[in-house]
Amino acid sequence: MKAKKNRNEAPALEVSKSTQAVMIVVLAILSLVFLMPIFVVLMNSFKGKFYISDAPFALPDGETFAGLTNYIDGVSKTGLPSAFCYSLFITVFSVLVIVFFTSMIAWYITRVKTWWTKMLYYMFAFAMIVPFQMVMFPMSKIANILRLDNPVGILVVYLGFGAGLSVFMFCGFVKAVPIEMEEAAMIDGSSPIKMFFLVVFPMLKPTAITIAILNAMWIWNDYLLPYLLLGTDYMTIPIAIQYLQGGYGSIDMGAMMAMLVLAMIPIIVFYLLCQKHIIKGVTAGAVKG
Amino acid sequence: MQKAIKKYFPVFALPTLLAFFISFLLPFLMGCYLSFCEFTTVTDAEFVGIENYLKAFQDENFLNALIFTVKFTIVSVLSINILAFFLALALTKGIKGTNLFRTVFFMPNLIGGIVLGYIWQLIINGVLYKFGATLSLDAKYGFWGLIVLMNWQMIGYMMIIYVAGIQNISSDIIEAAKIDGANKVQTLFRVTIPLVMPSVTICLFLVLTNSFKLFDQNLALTAGAPGRSSSMLALDIFDTFYGRNGWEGVGQAKAVVFFVIVAVVALTQLYFTRRKEVEN
Repeated sequence: MKAKKNRNEAPALEVSKSTQAVMIVVLAILSLVFLMPIFVVLMNSFKGKFYISDAPFALPDGETFAGLTNYIDGVSKTGLPSAFCYSLFITVFSVLVIVFFTSMIAWYITRVKTWWTKMLYYMFAFAMIVPFQMVMFPMSKIANILRLDNPVGILVVYLGFGAGLSVFMFCGFVKAVPIEMEEAAMIDGSSPIKMFFLVVFPMLKPTAITIAILNAMWIWNDYLLPYLLLGTDYMTIPIAIQYLQGGYGSIDMGAMMAMLVLAMIPIIVFYLLCQKHIIKGVTAGAVKG
Repeated sequence: MQKAIKKYFPVFALPTLLAFFISFLLPFLMGCYLSFCEFTTVTDAEFVGIENYLKAFQDENFLNALIFTVKFTIVSVLSINILAFFLALALTKGIKGTNLFRTVFFMPNLIGGIVLGYIWQLIINGVLYKFGATLSLDAKYGFWGLIVLMNWQMIGYMMIIYVAGIQNISSDIIEAAKIDGANKVQTLFRVTIPLVMPSVTICLFLVLTNSFKLFDQNLALTAGAPGRSSSMLALDIFDTFYGRNGWEGVGQAKAVVFFVIVAVVALTQLYFTRRKEVEN
C-alpha cells in the first residue's frame, strides 16, 4: 500500500502558528455545530412532551423538566428493549452468515476459471447498482411464500442482498492471495474445505473485518427490508421509531426524543470503541468498491 | 488444483447462490416482467403491455418526484463534496486535534436514516417555528431540510476518503511544485486535485447513488408533506405500491425506470471521472 509511506511520519506543519490557531477555532466551532443536533435531542428528551415542539432550543427548567417520564412512556409504547434484541440478533447473525458464505463463493469463483464463474462475478457486481425498490415487491412476496418472513428467515434474504458488494470485494482480495500456498496445502493432502479455512480465510481476515463493518452499518440501520418482511410482529429499532410516528393523532414528541436517544446510544458507544476499525473499514471499502 | 476445487461447488458456492437467486435474481426478473402486468400479488399477474409505463409518466407525483430527486442530487453532490474536500485539506495540515475533529465529523454517518430524519425534523421545525412555518407547509423547506441532513450525514464519510487520497500524494511532488514557483492556489488546482481524482470518483459515486436512492431520511423528515410534493423517487414508488390499490403494476414500472436512471447516471459518472484520473 502506497498510503503507508507518509502516514506514519509526523506530517510537517505546513501552516504558520497564527493560521493554525484560526483553523483550530473554525474547526472547533464546526464540531460544535455537528454535535448540536444530538445535544438538542438529548436535552428535549427530559422535557415534558408539550414543551418540545414550540421551543426545542430552550433548556429544561422547573416547569418543563419531566425526568424520565418520556423514557418510560417511550419504552412502553415501542417495546424498545425487544426491538434492540431483534436488531442485535439480525445484525450479528446476518453479518456472520454473509462473511462466512460470501468469502467461500468469492474464493471459489476466483480460483475456478470458467465462463459461468465469470458470469457469476459480473452478476454480483451488477446487483450492487440495482436499487431496492426494483425488487422489493416480488422479493417480499417470495419471502412470504417461502416462510422467510421471520427473524431467522431474514438472514437468508440479507445473505442474498449482501452478496453483491461482499462477493465483489472478497474477489478483489482473493486475487492477491498467493496461490502457491494453497497448492502446497493441497499437495500435503488437505481437502479444499480444510485448506480454505486453515490457509485462505486467515489471510482474508482484514477484508472480512471491512466487509463485516460495512454490512453491520447497513443492516443495523435498515428500515424498509425488515419492515416489508417482518412488519410490526418483530420490530427492529428503526421500525420501532417509525411505529411511534405511525400512530393515530399527534405524535408523542417526548417519547420520540427519548427513543431517539436510546437508539443512538449503542451506535455511539460502538463507534467510540471500534473507531479505528470502522474508519479503516469504510475507507478500504470505498477504495475497493 | 482447479479440478479438485470444482467438485466442491455445493459447499462453496451453492448456499450464497441460492440466497442470491431467491432474494435478488428471481425478484429482479419478476420485477421486469411484472412491470408489464396488472397484479395485486405476484400470482395473479395479467399482461397489459406498456400501459403501466404510460400511466407512470402521466402521473404528476412521479414527475414531481423525479424533478425533486434530480435537483436534490445536484445540490447535495456539489455541497457535500466541496465541503468534505476542504475539511480534508484542513485535516491534513498536521494541526492539533485532527483526530478529535475527524471523530466528530464522521459520527453522524453511523446513525440510521430514520433516526436522522426525526432529529432534523425537531431542529428544522424548531427554527421554522420562529418564522411561523413548519416543514409540512412548503416543499422547499423539506428540500433544504434534506440537503442539510444529507450534508450532516455524509460530509464526514467523504472527508475520510479525501483525507486518504491527499495523504497518498507523495510529498516530493508538492515540494517540487513549490520549488518550481507554484503558489498555493496553483498547487491545489494543478497538483492536489488531479492527484486525488480517484477519491473524487468514489465520492461522487457514493453521494450520487445515495442521494438518488434516498428513502429513510425522506420518510422520517417529511414523508412527502405537504401532500406528496416533497417525495423523492424511492418514496413515491413505495407509496404507489402500498398506498394506492390497483397501482402495483405502475409502481413496478416506476421502479424499472428508477433502476435504469440510477444505472445510467452512475455508470456515466464512473466513465467520465475515471478518464480524468492520473498516475500518482
